[in-house]
Amino acid sequence: MTPFKYTRASDAADAVRKGAATGVKFLGGGTNLVDLMRETIERPGELVDVSGLSTEIVETDEGGLRIGAGVRNTALAEHRRVRTAYPMLTRAMVSGASAQIRNMATVGGNLLQRTRCSYFYDEDGSRCNKRVPGEGCDAIEGFHRGHAILGASDACIAVHPSDMCVALAALDAVVHIEGAKGARTVPLVDFHCLPGDRPDIETVLEPGDLITAVELPPMPFAAASTYRKVRDRASYAFALVSVAAAIEIEDGQVRDVRIALGGVAHKPWRATRAEAALRGAPAGETAFAGAAATELAGARPLADNAFKVRLAERTIVSVLCELAGVTA
Amino acid sequence: MSITINGKAVDPPEDPRVSLLDLLRDHLALPGAKMGCNQGACGACTVLVDGERVLSCLTLAAQMEGRSVTTIEGIGSPDVLAPLQQAFVEHDGFQCGYCTPGQICSALAMVEELRRGVPSHVTGDVSSEAIAFSSEELRERMSGNLCRCGAYNGIIDAITATCRETAE
Repeated sequence: MTPFKYTRASDAADAVRKGAATGVKFLGGGTNLVDLMRETIERPGELVDVSGLSTEIVETDEGGLRIGAGVRNTALAEHRRVRTAYPMLTRAMVSGASAQIRNMATVGGNLLQRTRCSYFYDEDGSRCNKRVPGEGCDAIEGFHRGHAILGASDACIAVHPSDMCVALAALDAVVHIEGAKGARTVPLVDFHCLPGDRPDIETVLEPGDLITAVELPPMPFAAASTYRKVRDRASYAFALVSVAAAIEIEDGQVRDVRIALGGVAHKPWRATRAEAALRGAPAGETAFAGAAATELAGARPLADNAFKVRLAERTIVSVLCELAGVTA
Repeated sequence: MSITINGKAVDPPEDPRVSLLDLLRDHLALPGAKMGCNQGACGACTVLVDGERVLSCLTLAAQMEGRSVTTIEGIGSPDVLAPLQQAFVEHDGFQCGYCTPGQICSALAMVEELRRGVPSHVTGDVSSEAIAFSSEELRERMSGNLCRCGAYNGIIDAITATCRETAE
């Protein structure tokens, strides 16, 4: 690690003030940032600890939930309202990392996780446009079976590693941000960026911006939602493909639906094409398969990750069948 | 503000780069918590902070000001083993023993999580208040602690023998 100064923010305003200086990073649970600092991929001159700020989960006037950015992953997973009203979120949380890491990691930090692409981590031996813009990407011609099939670019094929963010994308979550110009909100689906020619730019945050909360709007049909993660081992592994979904069925027809995918893109991937194809369609395997194929029609896999296309389609179908109570 | 470690007040290190694991092992001569991967993948460095299991390798010691840390040295001693430590001996819960302090710290906090009703990846109904104590639940909940000797069956037996009543 390169030397840095450590301070604690007394409140959000204090954090925003301190965060305005060059080389400052906010510290939550540290489960990703400390590791990246040890690898010298991140070299902040100062860490401002914000893990003690906004640690509450409160019900909003509209009947949703406002989750403080400092809430630990375990606290979010076990929250009574989350478990009953948004079970896909609890399932996503407990699918991620290990219990020890979930006890440390914060909601704000989870949003800002960086990719686990091994070429991004290999500072001495590999080229990476995320680390050094313009340098090149060794993953494209390299070991990329875990990499993106949707929304990637010639500059970067990395995937976003979060499970939580996939559920948040499906739940129409909104990110609350405080910055030098005041407070603002950004829909979760617009918070992360696709790589384009600047994969080093990962979110819409400006320097000094602090995530203060994530808000979930009320979504009554999410009470029967779920999250399924497909991975190389049964536990404690990143997703090859994951699906967060909720479906509302009336008289055998899909009235409303939310689907988001993980492990397939540089950001949590909201499956808007599949959703549009399903609204008003008969709730059954045929329509689910057609919608999944519509979403994945835009996939551009590489030599070793083409299996993810069919895996994503099948996982979508299987999850929707489970929620609809029909057999796949 | 100081850090409480196994009941004793300790000054935080001057250099904020020092991890909690380095503080324990290199500054305080508490070698129980082990350095395995030093990147959050193996669980050998697991300790308790205010009763919750965390990875000391990814924790900056500076963040621990005002908190209470318990290591394996605060759980039992060679002369007076904690019940779970005794059970690890009786059920062959280890071979080389390197991961054992992390396994024991992790298991003690895991049992409290079960008792509190924290759901896991294998919990059938996450809205349920009570979680059934099962081998499947224990294996999932202990998946953050690797054992390269593969003593997993003994580890699960030891936890089951000692902690089933507490968890239920």
